[in-house]
Amino acid sequence: MSRTVTLPHPTDWPGFRRAARALVQAGMAPGQVDWRVAGDAAGDLFGAGAEEGAAAALPALHPAPQVPAAFVRLCETLVLHRDPARFALMYRLLWRLAHEGALRRDPLDADRLQARRMARAVARDMHKMHAFVRFRPVADGDGQTLHVAWFEPDHFITEANAGFFVRRFTQMRWAILTPDASVRWDGEALHTGPGAQRADAPPPDAGEALWLTYYRHIFNPARLKLDMMRKEMPRRYWHNLPEATLISELAQGAPERSAHMVAAGATTPRRRIAAR
Amino acid sequence: MNLQSKLAILADAAKYDASCASSGAAPRDSVGGRGIGSTEGMGICHSYAPDGRCISLLKVLLTNYCQYDCLYCVNRVTSNVPRARFSVAEVVALTLDFYRRNCIEGLFLSSGIIQSPDYTMEQVVEVARVLREEHDFRGYIHLKTIPDAAPELLQRAGRYADRLSINIELPTAQGLAALAPEKNGAAIDRSMARMAVHIREARAARDAQAAAPVASLPRARSTRRASAPPFAPGGQSTQMIVGADATDDRTILATSARLYGRHRLRRVYYSAFSPIPDAARALPLAAPPMVREHRLYQADWLMRFYGFAHEEIVPPGRDGQGGMLALAIDPKLAWALAHRERFPVDLNTAPRELLLRVPGLGVTAVDRLLAARRVRRIRHADLARLRVPLTKVLPFVEAADHRPGRALEAVDLAARLAPPPRQRGLFE
Repeated sequence: MSRTVTLPHPTDWPGFRRAARALVQAGMAPGQVDWRVAGDAAGDLFGAGAEEGAAAALPALHPAPQVPAAFVRLCETLVLHRDPARFALMYRLLWRLAHEGALRRDPLDADRLQARRMARAVARDMHKMHAFVRFRPVADGDGQTLHVAWFEPDHFITEANAGFFVRRFTQMRWAILTPDASVRWDGEALHTGPGAQRADAPPPDAGEALWLTYYRHIFNPARLKLDMMRKEMPRRYWHNLPEATLISELAQGAPERSAHMVAAGATTPRRRIAAR
Repeated sequence: MNLQSKLAILADAAKYDASCASSGAAPRDSVGGRGIGSTEGMGICHSYAPDGRCISLLKVLLTNYCQYDCLYCVNRVTSNVPRARFSVAEVVALTLDFYRRNCIEGLFLSSGIIQSPDYTMEQVVEVARVLREEHDFRGYIHLKTIPDAAPELLQRAGRYADRLSINIELPTAQGLAALAPEKNGAAIDRSMARMAVHIREARAARDAQAAAPVASLPRARSTRRASAPPFAPGGQSTQMIVGADATDDRTILATSARLYGRHRLRRVYYSAFSPIPDAARALPLAAPPMVREHRLYQADWLMRFYGFAHEEIVPPGRDGQGGMLALAIDPKLAWALAHRERFPVDLNTAPRELLLRVPGLGVTAVDRLLAARRVRRIRHADLARLRVPLTKVLPFVEAADHRPGRALEAVDLAARLAPPPRQRGLFE
């Protein structure tokens, strides 16, 4: 006997949790459960929501699984991962925690390492979103300024990550648009909406030129280290970072600029002290 | 001069300061405030320049006019670089504009010395004051302090800033006297000591307050008392220029150990001396010693997180020879190769201090191994799953199903573990 569980949306942690508890209590082994999300090609065939209810109606043959709080926190992050296999991994870990006593004390178990690796990828994506979202000011209808950003995260993190921007920019009005979802803060409340397109976000404004000037001049051409830059700021983020358009020009000119500094003879020093 | 040109000149003037950290501040946000900004403990690098350095803060000088003649410095009085000066309002506006765009975590402000150290320091503090008091800015502020400025100014700076720093500039007093004649090593040391005292006192006051119970009247609206005034909660840091004088790595690490020990510095930054426009005649200009800088950072890590004493890392030099970190291999591997009698280390029984000495094992990997071996024996496959560099680790460890045998004694072990020399393209 096997079961298919179709969750209504890709980050439905409460729905997963309810279904998973019922399945463990009914004694359904990980190999017997198939996890889907409504809207995915395969999920559509079965219709959203129905299976979740069916799972909840299973007979409870075993006691409810007890898991450490850290596992719950891990799953809350894991559910944001884009890999469709995340639900199967979470269920397998839950099943094993219920049946293998030693698992919770073995941090080198393959499933646990895999889960931690995926959670770390999500955490990194969230951190990179904190870093690489770039707001551009636009005047909205009421003559007020709205700051709008377009961002393309790797995982389903947009809504989970909105709190950071609320806490940081509480007194601003802003919106972050992504292909999966959009979030908007009106100064008092957060509104979530459907995914958007790049064209929905504003083009560069005149003020951005100051930031580009800063980027150009904080770079030291004598220390070109592009692999280090790419490690921390991978290419896939570049097309949404205004300053990234300068990278190739700065990198190409760097050897010549630094050679010139080394070769240039010392000039006659003039002492110049600010009069003020 | 327009703002664009000023920004260009004053960012050019600031880029030789390596620090851009925005970590260590007490968590706070702009909920309920009038302005913008937050810090959540961990710093954020909002961008990276093609030199691989993080851009976390708007790092500028208030002015690059300077009375001092430090030979290694692009802003020394005898340099012919173009000069500019920001007004307080201009730096404040730039900081807030970049912050709203989410380009930065905050401001790192430094300045050339104009008129007097006190006057200069007052201007720097004024920028921080306006940001904090007039705009209720709650982002990160790092101020470079001027060692000769009055102690009251230092105290005010600490009230507004998350981090303060004074550059020690050169690892030895002789080096400083030779290359930075107006700077006074003793004054730098005194200022660091003074800051350390303020930082410690402010922390102690906060801890005492957090521990003390609060008595309140029935139906009082709030039982929270005003918090103790903070003083640079992110601590202090400094920077040493590497390669501008002949100091060896052993001496540099000894200086760092002293700074970490005596003044409780959060970070010592090493800055490879880099060619600057309009350089002084007295200094040889060459490509910056970047690999050496990298090895110094690795050695610094060994001191701070791996339990190495500074004098263990580099063997003493003799007759002007030695005293330097190996460039081809990292300092931990170099230490292990020179102390093979301490290996192999048994992953199933060795204490944490010894596991931390194994080349290729980081702090996280060591802690996972310690946790796992409480429930079972560690095997070769566990190391593979941890994704540690096996060729580096295996000769130095024993596991349930692994013994390095004679690998550890092989004379060519060093050569086999050193990464092959790599031909690098210009535009890589």
